[in-house]
Amino acid sequence: MRTLPGDPLIMYLSQDDMADFSTEELDKLRHEWGMDRPMAVQYIDWVGGVLHGDLGTSMFTHVTVSSEIIRALPKTLYIGSLAFLLSIIVGVPAGVIAAIRRGGWLDTVVTMFANLGITIPIFWMGILTIYLFGLYLGWLPIQGYTSPLDDFWLSTRKIILPVFCLSIFAVAASARQTRSSMLEVIQQDYIRFAYSKGLPERVVIMRHALKNGLIPVITLKGMHVSMLFGGSVLIETVFNIPGMGRLAVDGVFSLDYAIVQGVILIIAAVVTISNLVVDISYGWFDPRVRYR
Amino acid sequence: MSEKNSIGKDFQEVPLRVSGFKRFNRVFFSRGLVTFGLVIIVAFIIITIFAPQLAPYDPNELDMGSTLLQPSWEHLLGTDALGRDTMSRIIFGARTSLIIVIMALCFGATVGNVLGLIAGYFGGITYAIIMRLIDALMAFPMILLALTVAALLGGGMRNVIVALSIGMLPPYARLMCGQVLTIKENDYITATRSFGASNLRIMLRHIVPNAFPPLIVLITMQVGHVILMEAGLSFLGVGIAPPAAAWGGMVSDGYQYLLKSPILSVAPGFAIMLVVFAFNMIGDGFRDAFDPRLRGKL
Amino acid sequence: MSTILEVKNLKTQFITDGGLVKAVDGISYYVNEKEIIGLVGESGCGKSVSQLSVLQLITNPPGRIVDGEIIFEKQDLLKLDVNSAEMRSIRGGKIAMIFQEPMTSLNPVLTINRQLTEMLELHLNMTSQVARERSIELLKLVGIPEASERIDDYPHQFSGGMRQRAMIAIALSCNPRVLIADEPTTAVDVTIQAQILELMADMVEHFNTSLVLVTHNLGIVARYAHRIYVMYAGRIVESGTSKAIFSNPRHPYTLGLMTSVPRLDEPRKRKLATIKGLPPNLINMPPTCAFLPRCPYAIDRCKQDIWPEMRLIEEQHHISCYADIEKEKNAYI
Repeated sequence: MRTLPGDPLIMYLSQDDMADFSTEELDKLRHEWGMDRPMAVQYIDWVGGVLHGDLGTSMFTHVTVSSEIIRALPKTLYIGSLAFLLSIIVGVPAGVIAAIRRGGWLDTVVTMFANLGITIPIFWMGILTIYLFGLYLGWLPIQGYTSPLDDFWLSTRKIILPVFCLSIFAVAASARQTRSSMLEVIQQDYIRFAYSKGLPERVVIMRHALKNGLIPVITLKGMHVSMLFGGSVLIETVFNIPGMGRLAVDGVFSLDYAIVQGVILIIAAVVTISNLVVDISYGWFDPRVRYR
Repeated sequence: MSEKNSIGKDFQEVPLRVSGFKRFNRVFFSRGLVTFGLVIIVAFIIITIFAPQLAPYDPNELDMGSTLLQPSWEHLLGTDALGRDTMSRIIFGARTSLIIVIMALCFGATVGNVLGLIAGYFGGITYAIIMRLIDALMAFPMILLALTVAALLGGGMRNVIVALSIGMLPPYARLMCGQVLTIKENDYITATRSFGASNLRIMLRHIVPNAFPPLIVLITMQVGHVILMEAGLSFLGVGIAPPAAAWGGMVSDGYQYLLKSPILSVAPGFAIMLVVFAFNMIGDGFRDAFDPRLRGKL
Repeated sequence: MSTILEVKNLKTQFITDGGLVKAVDGISYYVNEKEIIGLVGESGCGKSVSQLSVLQLITNPPGRIVDGEIIFEKQDLLKLDVNSAEMRSIRGGKIAMIFQEPMTSLNPVLTINRQLTEMLELHLNMTSQVARERSIELLKLVGIPEASERIDDYPHQFSGGMRQRAMIAIALSCNPRVLIADEPTTAVDVTIQAQILELMADMVEHFNTSLVLVTHNLGIVARYAHRIYVMYAGRIVESGTSKAIFSNPRHPYTLGLMTSVPRLDEPRKRKLATIKGLPPNLINMPPTCAFLPRCPYAIDRCKQDIWPEMRLIEEQHHISCYADIEKEKNAYI
């Protein structure tokens, strides 16, 4: 992070009157913040801090980065998890149905929606839904966030739109991927063998086809975790939700290195954990992977 | 009982052979949507090239007397808060999008391919290092990455392109690496090497051409994604400095006036969607056309 | 010996981009109790499709069974709806099928146990515990070592031959009256082939099941089959007892097949005999005999008349041919 140009101190000071500071005073501030030490030392210092749970302090708000993140992370996780769940509950079955009723009207409808879903810009969708449901119809609140612990009903009403918009891409992509991998699975010999045993269609699909077909979908879901974080950047901006995404954007624009570093670290950690979970769950789905 | 039939008619002893090109066309255009996508893209390209001729107004021309107008015959899509014609801005915005996307793709794909080629070909530590980096890169939400890079390098088209390229290169690296690993084991590579061919020559002449079909599919499928990324970035305010027209930025600008003039946000967003849709469709078309299993589809 | 399965004039077609493919164009055959039938022909002649049609496993689209009757246990199977409970109880329960590729025919994510017990639970209403014990017995029967441990393995942990045996066990688990084996030996090593065939012959005895052996390999039919049907381009061109056909092949195609197999007692320098020409394109077939362009015995009538009907030439021996190759044959061999 710090290897990139842009002197954050200048940025900070430009909030006040830059001209009032003499060079000595600039140097003094630099020293105070520890920015006159060599880059490597600064970084090691930071890492050391992290291991102690201290992510540094934001230069602007003088609030510790950790506290900012602790404030923001749950919101992002809450909305993100709901969107993730939605993509599994809606997207995957849709893809399965489209595959087994290939060419039928259900397939056409699902495919059409799925294809559309991956093309819609998330932020635009957010704005559209705000206009439609918030301003025009006045059904739902359109800004801000309320914790479900405070006021569950209001909280739910507030997050319906963000979750919906965030999930669209994931739902659509899941449906697409599930459909195409199920289509492949259905062509396999073992499915034909299963039918030749006299098993009814429902059993063949649920017991034989599904487990095989979902294997590529798992990879996709793993990628979706990081994608949902990316989406939250936009959604939180549109819906004015003080989550990790917004934190990152604000931090980037004010060149607040500490915040950005902290956010990136946490997001990377979450993504890594979820990738680990994905890798482990492969073993459950595909026994060929299990036995080494 | 004996019917009159074509005596002496020869059987087709040789199965029908359709030329590769014809088959490609047949599969590619088999779906109306794919053709539709192609039409849109051609239109898109034409609009970009002939923007000055096609746009009714100068996209940056202010006209404080006609702000926030609704669509009319004079201004087909209305005007924005500074009196600029929305339609013209959208037309010029197409240029921005196209340039950024093409350049980002070129850089991203090239760098990614080269990295993958090197990693796969030389193996060992090179492979390990490069692949770890790629994995780390890939785990990251692209927009966050692009955002950070672009904002830190400063705004402007050039840096947005760099940012997007970085975010986009992992799939290419992986693809090329995989291709190399598969092909490397083939006997004809060993044979070529025994002729004394240099590594570079082998890489270029043999490995790269084989990777073309999946590469093309990857590129066309990524285009849509890149356009969305770019739009997202300009929506957030990174990238093109005003007053230049960029679709994402237009959506963001229009957000404040949602109640008064929704068209300001709706129109550019719709343009984004249309173009992304078109690219995705032809991406699907390419993928189906190149899929060996769909050959002579039953 | 009573007839348990009779197929009459079965026709199955596929609609493809290139045109209408008449994969099976009117075949008739029958299977008696405790019999082993050989269905012989080269790739693409329609033999696999015909057997899939018996079990109504043809995917529609693009395939369709357009004509024929399949009489089994006094009913016409083709009159049953594809997904009906009746048809499903016949599949696997009364008529079972094993396929060519044991690796891809077994579901990689399910244990062997599961793939066996689901049959038993479905057709014989066994509980899972009973089914499991029965499955272990079955595996032992087909010669899988350490059956009680290996039953919980996954297909990829079995060798090719063992997978084939497992498939046989699955197919026979519910005591079907007919077992259809589609190219059972093509995907296995030569050494395993013999074992598998012996196993199948034993099972036929043991379970009182009839066997339909679909193959292009003349060798195995010669040894095991009681009666043989030779197929070409979707139709049966010669049928008869194994003995009759091998000692006295009368259709030019059958003759060609047999002479193309090199024999140990031939002079070594002789060129490999082949049937000249290529297999026919099943789209837009002219109404004349499909073998015409490749037939060295063709007479004028072959060029003018439609495909010949089957005629009896000796006891239990029919051919679909206008020519009489008896005289020519001696010079040829």
